[in-house]
Amino acid sequence: MYIFLRTILLVSLIGFYAPSSLAKLTIKITKGIEGTVPVAIVPFGWQGPAMKAPLDLATIINADLDSSGVFKTLSRRDMLTTPTKADQIRFRNWQALGQEYMVIGKVNEVSQDQYQIQFQLFNVYKGQQHLGYRFTTSKQNLRKAAHSISDKIYEKLTGKKGIFSSRIAYITTTALAKKQKLYELIIADADGSRPRRITASKEPLMSPAWSPDGKKIAYVSFENKRSAIYIQTLSNKKRIKVASYPRINGAPSFSPDGTRLALTLSKDGSPDIYILNLIDKSLFKLTKSFGIDTEPSWSPDGKTIIYTSDRGGKPQLYTISSSGGQSRRVTFDGDYNARGQFSPDGKSIAMVHANNGDYRIAVMDMASRSIDVLTAGRYDEAPSFSPNGEMILYASKKGRQHVLSAISIDGRMQRNLAFNKGEVREPAWSP
Amino acid sequence: MVTIELVFYYLGAKENRIPLFIISFLMGFQMSLNKIILFCVVCTSILSGCSSTEEKKQGLLNGADADASTSGYSDGSLLGGEEFGDNANVDALGLGPEFRDPNNPLSKGIIYFRYDSSQIKPEFVEVVAAHSEYLKNHPSRNVILEGHADERGSREYNIALGEQRAKSIARMMKIQGVNSRQLEIVSYGEEKPASDGMDETAWQLNRRVEVVYQGK
Repeated sequence: MYIFLRTILLVSLIGFYAPSSLAKLTIKITKGIEGTVPVAIVPFGWQGPAMKAPLDLATIINADLDSSGVFKTLSRRDMLTTPTKADQIRFRNWQALGQEYMVIGKVNEVSQDQYQIQFQLFNVYKGQQHLGYRFTTSKQNLRKAAHSISDKIYEKLTGKKGIFSSRIAYITTTALAKKQKLYELIIADADGSRPRRITASKEPLMSPAWSPDGKKIAYVSFENKRSAIYIQTLSNKKRIKVASYPRINGAPSFSPDGTRLALTLSKDGSPDIYILNLIDKSLFKLTKSFGIDTEPSWSPDGKTIIYTSDRGGKPQLYTISSSGGQSRRVTFDGDYNARGQFSPDGKSIAMVHANNGDYRIAVMDMASRSIDVLTAGRYDEAPSFSPNGEMILYASKKGRQHVLSAISIDGRMQRNLAFNKGEVREPAWSP
Repeated sequence: MVTIELVFYYLGAKENRIPLFIISFLMGFQMSLNKIILFCVVCTSILSGCSSTEEKKQGLLNGADADASTSGYSDGSLLGGEEFGDNANVDALGLGPEFRDPNNPLSKGIIYFRYDSSQIKPEFVEVVAAHSEYLKNHPSRNVILEGHADERGSREYNIALGEQRAKSIARMMKIQGVNSRQLEIVSYGEEKPASDGMDETAWQLNRRVEVVYQGK
């Protein structure tokens, strides 16, 4: 009866907070340098019954490339012409504007809800095409198409994978009456557009973790007053409860092959790291210290797990083979090193690093063990690598407001992801 | 369904507190009458020993069916005032008058901790002992020991830290003879702060274990 009532409450609550009320996210570059590689994204041409294209692809591509910190884009106001075909380009004019690269394209509505997109990337000095694609998509996927064009351009010009098609997950909290809060797990595009609610609860939601294929999310929910870990499939919203042992069920982390989940349980005493086999449901206890062991994260090859432990008195990072064995302490600098996460190439780890009461995001090179402190906040936490390893997304505080920030791993570029209401925390960048 | 909300206002010292009953019909769901959700809001004001500043305190503690959230307690020992009233669910749960007597350690239902520590500070040993004694004498009473941490540092680590704190209390209570069946531990880490402040004064209030008595 009671559970039934709670379900009604939750459902009515979710119904009340319709998707339109989701906090809107906007990204501002707060630090650093503009990019140095000049590129002009010319407005795409349009052919169709309507006056203009349903979406201005060039604007989205422009914003993506701007946000990378690599490119310096040309304002439309400064363009002398807006060619949409290769033979319309006068490269000398673009050279005079100091451009190294330019992108042209067009969108044709070929039939009902079928849009043919074509784009080309040129080297302005050589007058040569670097890249050219033509493909067809639906209206609903036009934004996705723009992001994947950005990815292609970024990869061609930098040699690194673009991250504009990736997504971010995060938890928002909104104050309700009677000192209650609404917790929502949200997924949005990497540029903050298209926020979608994954789940909502009046009790805490924590620690979202992506499956390696990006199709599922694991998270911790206190919706039944006790912690439990759920894995939810994004396409159909179906979820399964994978851990609800007595006491802590926390810090889920998928293995790189997606078949296992590392997690923290305290059912047998102190919080320890366990590995749950998602296929045969077997549970394996990986660490056995008397202190706190938590926040496991897998190396990209699946062989090593990094985790936080206070067995030495203060929280520090340790590694252990994912099949068990001896733990090795890896951090020695600072009073507090926690929530380690391997970079996608496995060569470095991001962490929360505190000295003298300031909690900041740092990256440690695993070979040299040298630590670079990237941020200058006092409450920076929850670092998450972008899929190409170039940026780290993290939670921070601006005044009393919880915000998300992203910083490049060389520390040169920082952006704030600002929300128009509520608080936001615990970001997780998709694979 | 009828939800009866009982609101008590305690103003000033214990002898002149004024209970007000506000009964409101809140929601239209089906619910049996014995599943009444009780909300008790206890507002107390304490006079600081060295100034006349009034420190208003608010505690919200619910009965067995409602959300077990508590908030807004000010620790007198930190602010120079008098400790009183963190067991705001006293009346709703039918606990004895000793829980309302500010001179009785049972009136203190929150135990505070140092930064990144789950060691019980000497000044709280008496409080834990009083609750242990009560639980031994009332074997049908159960408590949830809710562990909390301040906001600094990573969230999952703080969940673990909150649990270590709650476990310290549970361990002492068991040593003092409490049956472990009467004790349940939940850690909320930094998710449910008592104070939203961003300084040591607030953080001190947030590093805590709340002894939350359950309905019989």
